[in-house]
Amino acid sequence: MTAPVTLSASLQADWGRVLAVAWKDLTAERRTKSNFNAVVAMAGMILLFFGFALGPDAEGLRNAAAGVLWLTILFSGVLAFNRSYQLELEAGALEQLLLYPGERWAIYLGKLLANIAFVFLVEVITLPLTAVLYHVAFPERWLSVLGVLVLGTTGFVALGTLYSAMASRSRSREVLLPLLLFPMLVPVLIAASGATASLLGGDVMGDSRAWIRLLAAFDAIFIVAATWAFQFVIEG
Amino acid sequence: MAAGEILAIIGHNGSGKSTLLRVAATAVRPTRGSGTVFGADLVKDPQAVRSMLALLSTEPGVYGDLTALENLRFAARMLGVPTDHAPLQRALDRVGLGREGYERARNMSSGMQRRLSIARLLLREPRVLLMDEPYNSLDPDGARLVNELIRETKDRGGSVLLVAHDLSRGEGLPDRVVEMQDGLLAEPTAGPDADSVIVRDVIPLDQPKAHGLRLERGGLR
Repeated sequence: MTAPVTLSASLQADWGRVLAVAWKDLTAERRTKSNFNAVVAMAGMILLFFGFALGPDAEGLRNAAAGVLWLTILFSGVLAFNRSYQLELEAGALEQLLLYPGERWAIYLGKLLANIAFVFLVEVITLPLTAVLYHVAFPERWLSVLGVLVLGTTGFVALGTLYSAMASRSRSREVLLPLLLFPMLVPVLIAASGATASLLGGDVMGDSRAWIRLLAAFDAIFIVAATWAFQFVIEG
Repeated sequence: MAAGEILAIIGHNGSGKSTLLRVAATAVRPTRGSGTVFGADLVKDPQAVRSMLALLSTEPGVYGDLTALENLRFAARMLGVPTDHAPLQRALDRVGLGREGYERARNMSSGMQRRLSIARLLLREPRVLLMDEPYNSLDPDGARLVNELIRETKDRGGSVLLVAHDLSRGEGLPDRVVEMQDGLLAEPTAGPDADSVIVRDVIPLDQPKAHGLRLERGGLR
């Protein structure tokens, strides 16, 4: 007679699945690098084009840097999300993935971890590029800027991972995903840009703390809601 | 369907065979009706159902950018079975891919990818084995492997439900053969051979008597 599966054993097994999904997605991406190269190229172009559009004035560029940085992350990150489920649609892998035992949220969290790691890697390149192109000096409170990046990216990716699952079953998913996702990202964009701009400007008004708290609240809501909603979205 | 039984469903394209299989696998939620697998409800307790069954689908369901061993390691981690090299390599050896462990699935032929998906089935011993056109893309050796897997599942008391256009490569294996036409099941009159099936009684799936899949004491009924 088998022993009943305890809650902790079940959670441990699901955590193992979270790591397995993240490992699988990152390994596949590491092999091809096609998506990474495309996203980095896209990010570079967005930064350049915004720079051209804003003109050569250093002060103007510096003031726009935070907003442009976050728009770049958002626009280029969407490409990453499409790829995330493309992997599953090839050769019918999604059906097999859904037939493994375990909770659906394990798949979501695995994909979330992989996508966060991916977007962070893209940011490692876009950040210095933004600093150079937009005349941004190394911030005094760089640790807080890093915290804002972590929070903003997490919120953005939490929603992106859910919405890309939703769009993945549609034939026009490349078009559908930004249409579904971008309106939902407005709060993250405003809070992340506000916090980043405040910190890059020296936080003279001391308003970065409020933005960061707001961003953290969005993250918590998005992650909880998306983790719960994923089971309904992925089964179609 | 009793424990240890092999049931084959035959029928033309679009007759609903694969849909029935996917409902039984919990990949598709039934719009009507109910079903149980060893007492676990397909709709209310799909997790328990998934822990008991394995599906060999028409598509291999492998990740092209991962190697054969990595594909198996991922499956093992998702299934919660040991991920050591030895059992994974044994599974690959068994399906004839022992030398292709470090080959990316994308570079394999469709037959090899099919074998890799069979290797995934070998990672554990499911109580219910569902197979959708199991002989597709397989050479005679591959077909023999599928038949071995079916017999082994039956020998340990598991149930096998296989769906196929043509059962000639699995002749003599099914205990029962049922024909499906336009989503309706037909009972055979006698004999396990696909050739001997005579439609006697057509049972609509939405009638209370034959509500989709009811799996009690280990199988479809």
